[in-house]
Amino acid sequence: MQTSLTPRARAGRYLGIGALLGSTALALVWAAHGFNSSQASPQQITDQFERNAGFQPGFRRNHSKGLCVTGYFEAQGEASIYSTAALFQAGQTPVIGRFAIGGSNPQAADDSVPIRSLALQFNLANGEQWRTAMNSNAVFPVASPQSFYEQLQASQPDPKTGKPDPARLKDFFDSHPETAAFRAWLKGFTPSSSWANTHYYGLNAFVLVQEQGQRQAVRWSLVPEQPYEPLAAVQRDNPNTLSHDLEQRLQQGPLRWQLRLTLAQLEDPTHDATQAWPADRPQITAGLVVLEHSQPQATGPCRDINYDPLVLPKGIEGSDDPLLSARSAVYATALYRRLQENHSTTGALQHD
Amino acid sequence: MTDTQQHYSSSVRGLHWLMAFLLFSQIFIGATMVARVDSYAILIVLHKALGLILLGLVCLRLGARLITTAPALPSSMPQWQRGAAHGLHGLLYLLMLAQPLCGWLMLSAAGQPLTFWGWVVPSLISADSGLYVLLRALHGLLAYLLFALVLLHVGAALVHGLIRRDGVLERMLKAAPSESK
Repeated sequence: MQTSLTPRARAGRYLGIGALLGSTALALVWAAHGFNSSQASPQQITDQFERNAGFQPGFRRNHSKGLCVTGYFEAQGEASIYSTAALFQAGQTPVIGRFAIGGSNPQAADDSVPIRSLALQFNLANGEQWRTAMNSNAVFPVASPQSFYEQLQASQPDPKTGKPDPARLKDFFDSHPETAAFRAWLKGFTPSSSWANTHYYGLNAFVLVQEQGQRQAVRWSLVPEQPYEPLAAVQRDNPNTLSHDLEQRLQQGPLRWQLRLTLAQLEDPTHDATQAWPADRPQITAGLVVLEHSQPQATGPCRDINYDPLVLPKGIEGSDDPLLSARSAVYATALYRRLQENHSTTGALQHD
Repeated sequence: MTDTQQHYSSSVRGLHWLMAFLLFSQIFIGATMVARVDSYAILIVLHKALGLILLGLVCLRLGARLITTAPALPSSMPQWQRGAAHGLHGLLYLLMLAQPLCGWLMLSAAGQPLTFWGWVVPSLISADSGLYVLLRALHGLLAYLLFALVLLHVGAALVHGLIRRDGVLERMLKAAPSESK
């Protein structure tokens, strides 16, 4: 049937086949380690969050303390000039949101953390979703995922004091001048009395896409209609003052924010969340976010939502900001861990 | 007539090589994207699109395989090896079908919308985080199982093509043994 191979040739061919299969398998192992990237992996970044606040099974790895809210978005139609996204057409879209304070400690006192956040998921009628996770700081401390990882490492509490090592933090900030705008905000702001009268910023730039494919870079923010009041001294006695305040306010009636879109000029950086755009950039109001009810995060509808900033409807796209991909990757890793914990016996937010 | 006995039909061969390329890419994309923060966003878009394409292709291929005649294995092969070959092919078809479905189900269970070139792909099941956890674990497991079976398949094909030279590899190549690599 065929000329038979010499034993030597036969062994050589077996060896060749084995080498091919072995190197292919090794290549996959290499890929699964991110091709030995010098950048921190989503797993390493998630691990660092766990180190910074102690392992808190079942809770979100960051912005761990918060509560769910529900309501709707009432579009005024103005943004539909810039984007085909269905939710910008005049009309209502249901919203599932979550208020939180920054940091990975679910037991932190509400007044102990300067950063607050509001995350929203808009459920469009056609099955699409828009998810956005916004912070009370208008700019982010760092521009790259790797710098963020280094910031997390520098913020890791010293086991002796239970607090971050000030020298290490100083080293980090000294070697990262891009953090200046964020630090200025941190120094200058006075916390408001409520999640309800807080201004939230989308941090990263995104791109609105029009019917004809025309693109407009934007940043968005939520401007509260509830008037600003400073955090009262008496509120500092209650570690859960923000959730109590919010629940009380919602019993009186719904809370409202204007969804404001800031339109970039061509020279405005879209890849750098540490830089604010000039204050004179035109803004349009896309509509009103109206929040009506709140629920505890352990049982509310926001519990299992991953507020991944790259879950976007057609007509909104991510920009070239490298933080967006990193947020998406780390959030997915953290979500999977958290849900695994909550569906085993270790999770704190187990449902019955 | 003898030609159709010795080789798979051109539709099955075309789909085999197209899928071989896409499936290899897909497994590497999947393994890479979960390990990297920089390329995650672009890779996951690609991964979801490729998954749906592969699901469509495997359905076509199963159809093509059912309506065409598969060439017989050589009589020189021992019975157990033929059984193993058929079993491996069956498992490969099963996993090529199950893996993209698992990914789709997993996104549905996570409450994540799935779009394909702007089209909203319907959810297969309603959101359920417990099921998501299971399906997410299964998706990773099936990926490595599928990869291992593909390696076994490639290894067996190369043993037939380079060592036994019994025409088994040529059924999918339709080329002289010397032209196979």
